[in-house]
This record gives sequence, structure tokens and C-alpha cells, in this order.
Amino acid sequence: MSDVQFRFRTDDAVADPGVTVDVFGAQTNASAVRLEPGDDARDLLPHLDRIKLIEVNFPSFTDGRGFSSARVLREAGYTGELRAVGELPVDHLGHLRRCGFDSFAPDIPLNPVDAEAALARWEHVYQPAADGRVPIWNLRHG
Amino acid sequence: MYKYDTYDQAMVDARVEEFRDQVKRRLEGHLSEDHFKPLRLQNGLYLQLHAYMLRVAIPYGTLSSAQMRVLGDIADKYDRGYGHFTTRQNIQYNWIQLDQTPDLLAELAKVEMHAIQTSGNCIRNISSDQYAGAAADEIVDPRPYAELLRQWSSFHPEFLVLPRKFKIAVIASETDRAAMKLHDIGIRMVRNAAGEIGAAFYVGGGMGRTPMIAPLVRAFVPLDQLITYAEACLRVYNRYGRRDNKYKARIKILVHELGKDEYTRQVEEEFAHLLTQGIEPPLAELERIKAHFTDPAYDTAAPDTLDRSDPDFALWVDRNCAAHKQPGYMIATISLKPVGGIPGDASGEQMRVMADLGLKYSFDELRVTHAQNIVLPHVRKADLYDLWQQLDAAGLATANLDLIGDIIACPGLDYCSLANARSIPVAQKISERFAAKQADLGELKLKISGCINACGHHHAGHIGILGVDKKGTENYQLLLGGCEGDDTSLGQITGPGFSEDGIVDAIDKATDVYLAHKQGDERLLDTYRRIGMAPFKEAIYE
Repeated sequence: MSDVQFRFRTDDAVADPGVTVDVFGAQTNASAVRLEPGDDARDLLPHLDRIKLIEVNFPSFTDGRGFSSARVLREAGYTGELRAVGELPVDHLGHLRRCGFDSFAPDIPLNPVDAEAALARWEHVYQPAADGRVPIWNLRHG
Repeated sequence: MYKYDTYDQAMVDARVEEFRDQVKRRLEGHLSEDHFKPLRLQNGLYLQLHAYMLRVAIPYGTLSSAQMRVLGDIADKYDRGYGHFTTRQNIQYNWIQLDQTPDLLAELAKVEMHAIQTSGNCIRNISSDQYAGAAADEIVDPRPYAELLRQWSSFHPEFLVLPRKFKIAVIASETDRAAMKLHDIGIRMVRNAAGEIGAAFYVGGGMGRTPMIAPLVRAFVPLDQLITYAEACLRVYNRYGRRDNKYKARIKILVHELGKDEYTRQVEEEFAHLLTQGIEPPLAELERIKAHFTDPAYDTAAPDTLDRSDPDFALWVDRNCAAHKQPGYMIATISLKPVGGIPGDASGEQMRVMADLGLKYSFDELRVTHAQNIVLPHVRKADLYDLWQQLDAAGLATANLDLIGDIIACPGLDYCSLANARSIPVAQKISERFAAKQADLGELKLKISGCINACGHHHAGHIGILGVDKKGTENYQLLLGGCEGDDTSLGQITGPGFSEDGIVDAIDKATDVYLAHKQGDERLLDTYRRIGMAPFKEAIYE
């Protein structure tokens, strides 16, 4: 398992690795779960109060289902750690952050300077997402 | 037309810098071609057979004279003096150098233009009716809704890694001039029984190797839920669209496999959820955008008559001009299909001429059509003769709108790395062969694709041509009966394919069958629909 390279939370990280969605259903004490692209994030919604870490795996950077998984979880009120793992290009970092991810464990560590630039790229955003940023169309109208 | 405010400008400027950084990392070897490819594609940059190709966005096909002038200057400075207007109302340049691209984009940004999301597996540039705001038959100008969708879809963080590309068209007229039902989402602005404006959503259309006509998924989405509904359509697609096979990854396959009713049910469920999330823009934003699309200051005293004494001019007016909602005005189309020319191509100098004419005669506004022509939307009838003379002097007065010579063609194997066969030489031969006969054939939409991806819309041509590779030689299949308009239909293959010259002969025979069977005002399409394939097939393969 790759190390967490960026984490935007102040609470202590969960030490346990996430179990698969199937195992999670059977283990009533598990607090960390790992979603694969084909898993339905909504299967976790009844259990959000006991989850502290959800890892969303990106086996390939060309599979974008995890972006929707993240927003679905945040929209349902999940406030625990949401970690993107797998093949994470630095150019996706800002968009992943907007979808609600607050920690990143890329397979190949990212250049920290590039990562900082990617996260600071957009001063404003056009549309709301899971990061609470006020979209341009609201800024225009106070 | 829409003008950027400081927010819009900052977004485009930030994108230029982002891409400059990405190109730098690529050239320095920090970014592999595999990882760079989706990034450059989302900025419209393809690697073609001979060079990079850059596709520049023209949102809903509308541009100002200053923008058209810069497009012409870029053709001269960064390309070989030409640009190619595309079937999605964009322009592409075929001879671009990677290291020059950031500077080119910076020049575009100065006139509020960009190449954002003109390719890649994301929501592409939004297309619309080229007669928007001028058409006599529209209920409302569709472009404010297209602009709202442009903003929503630009850098949408959830939808930048979709299963496949995603194309949206917005229209608001009875007549569909944008092939709306052949898009991933086609939106028709409509009025409900209470007189309110809303949006009808058609989802899951497309061309490519599995052409589909989009079914109606919802007849009326209120304006204060428009973006939320679009987001629901996209989220269901991003979560469940197929990713195991790129040829089955478009939303049309998802809608087809789930069935329209089940797809709609899932969208409605997601929509109900998203309505609780407060993602809709304030209606005040739509009003702000609408204020950019108010009517120009028409000359209300403009004479409504036309001096038709010059027969060549009269022919051009009858062929290339359309009714305008404002008395005394007409919509003029500049054909980019001269006899023997490359469909959709314009030289840098021609672009500057069109820019000047747009400024002088059309309230500083031009349009690109999906049929690869240019429109001057608001021309006083009294100015039409002057306009025509100046177009003629620039080689831009071909009177063939919607005739067989007004061919849609993809770049084909002359440029495209996906193509199986050349499109351009076939278009040129057809254009030359039928130049004398085309007026007798009337409206006849001919469309050529150089491969199954169907960029040349061959499925939707009254006559369609599909170039294929047959054991190493180019071979052309003939289709009849396609239509992109209100009565959208998909063309049927006549039978075995033809050589480059053989396809031109086959079309000649098909048009003879049409002329022999034509009743009244029938177009070839109408005759085909009435008499069927058999008589055509018999003549073509005799």
C-alpha cells in the first residue's frame, strides 16, 4: 500500500487499511473501507457513522468513477477521511480535492512543487462541488 | 454576444498557464506521452499523421469580428495560412508545433477564446443553432442556456474523466439546424402549457459506429433546475457508462442497454437527490447572461425590398439567405464550399475579409455552422448586394447552400490518424462533377466520413459516404436516406463499396434515379423514402 503523501485533516489518521466493500458488510467493527471503481458508494451510506476512512482506488487515471463516488459520499454527509489511492496524476489533484478528497496516497509520489501549483491553480471555480467553494455565478450576484 | 467579465477572463488565463506548465513538463521529460495525452486532448491538441492539430472552441458557434480576425492571423502565424471549420462549429489548425501552443493560446485568450475541452473524455464545446437570435421560427434565443451550460461544464471536477467524449447541443426552434438528436444530450428549449420556458432533454444520441437517435428523456425541465438535471444525466453516465470497451463507452450505449425508461428512472432519482444539494445557479445569472444576447440596434426603417436585377446575385440570395425575424433583414450564409475546394477550409485572408464584413454588415457578429459554413446573422436587405460583391471578390460567394456541393467532410486520411480513407479528394471530385447539375438536384445533403467514427456525419446525409480500408486500399460505402433535421433518420448502406472514382459514378446514377422518379417538390430524401432502396440499388449496381 502506498504512503499518504498529502493530508488535509488535523485528526489522527486511521492506521488500519481499508477492507473491501464485501468484507466491510460482514465486519461490523471495521472503520476503514476501500472502494473500487465498480463499487457503489451508496452501499456505504447506512454505515457512514462508523466509518473513519474511505479509500477510493484509481487503478487507472483514465477511470473517473471515483470522482463521483467521492461526491456521493460527501453529499450524504460523510465527514471522515476520504483518501484517493492509486494512479493519481498531479493534474487531477485539484479536481479530486474539489470532489471531496482530503488525503492522497499516489502509487508514484508527486513532485511537491507541481502538486502545490495544481492545488492553487484556480482562484475561482464555475460550479459548486464538495469543497464548499462559492462558485463564480454566486459571487457575481452577492 | 457574450462578453467575458474578470472571472471568465481569469479562468481562461489560468488555463493558459496550466497548459504552459504541462507542455513544459512534457518537453522536459517529466510527463510521459501516455499521461500528457489526455491533458493535451482536453486542451484540443491532437497528434495527427504529420503534425499536432489544435481545435479552438467557438462556443455555440458565435464569434465577433475581432475573434474571427485573430483566427485568421493565427492561421498565418502558426499554421500554413489556413484553418478548417468543423462540424461542431469549432475551427482546427492542422500544422501546429507543440512548443508554440502556449503562446498561441495566450493570443486567443486576449480575444476571449480558448481550446478548453474541445477534445478528450469530457463535456465538449456546446453547439447550437447557427441562426440563433435571428431565426424567424425560434421561441427564444438558445444561446444564454448554452452559455450557462458552458460555464457549468468548464473544468467540472466530477466530469473530466468520463467514459468517453460528451457533446451537448441546445436549440430553440421548430426547425432543427443543429442535428440536436444526434448528440449525447440534445436540449430543445420549449414553452409549456402555462407559457413558461423550459428545456426538453433528449439523451443518448450520437453517430460513430453505432448511430442512435436520442430519445426524449424529459419533456420539460424548469429553468431553475436546468443545471441540476444536466448534472444528474452526467452523474448516472459517469458512474455506469461502460469503460470496458471504448467503442461502447458513449452514453448512447448506456441508454440503449439500460433502456430509456430505466436510464430515465435513474436520472430522476439522482435529480431528486441533487435538488437537495443546492447546486443550481441563481436565476439572476441566467438574466445576466441573457442581457448579452439582446437584439442588436436594428434599423427599423430598413427597406424590406430587394433589387434582384443581377441574376447571379438573385441566385445567391435564393440559395444562401434565410428569413430573419426582423423586417428588412436577412440571414446570409457564406459557403466555404467552392467548386473543387476543401469543405470548411478558409484562408487567413478570407477569415479577415469575413471579419471585416461581419463588422460592417452584421453588427460585429458571425456564426459557424455545423455544415462548415459561416453565417452573417443580421444583414440589411439593402446591404446584401454590396456584401455579395465583396464576398465574390474574395472567392466566398458560392451559391450552393444545402445543395450537393455543400458537402460536409472530415479531414480524413490526409490528416487524421484515425482515418481509413481520404475524404477531401472525394469531396473535391463530387463537387466538380455535380457543379453544373446541382441546381436541378435541389436540397441534397451529402456527408463524407473517412472512417467509422463518423466525424463527417455520413449517417445523417441524404447521401452518405463512409471510407473504409479494404485489404489495404481505400474503399467507399454509399448510404442513402439519412437526415439530421426534425425527421432525423439514419442512412442505409446500398451494398458493396466503390473505388474513389466508382463512388462518384454511383452517386451520379443515384441522382438520375431521383430525377426520374421525383414527384412535385420532392427532395432526393423524400423520393428515397417513398420509393425505397430497390430502384436506387438496381441502377447503382447494374
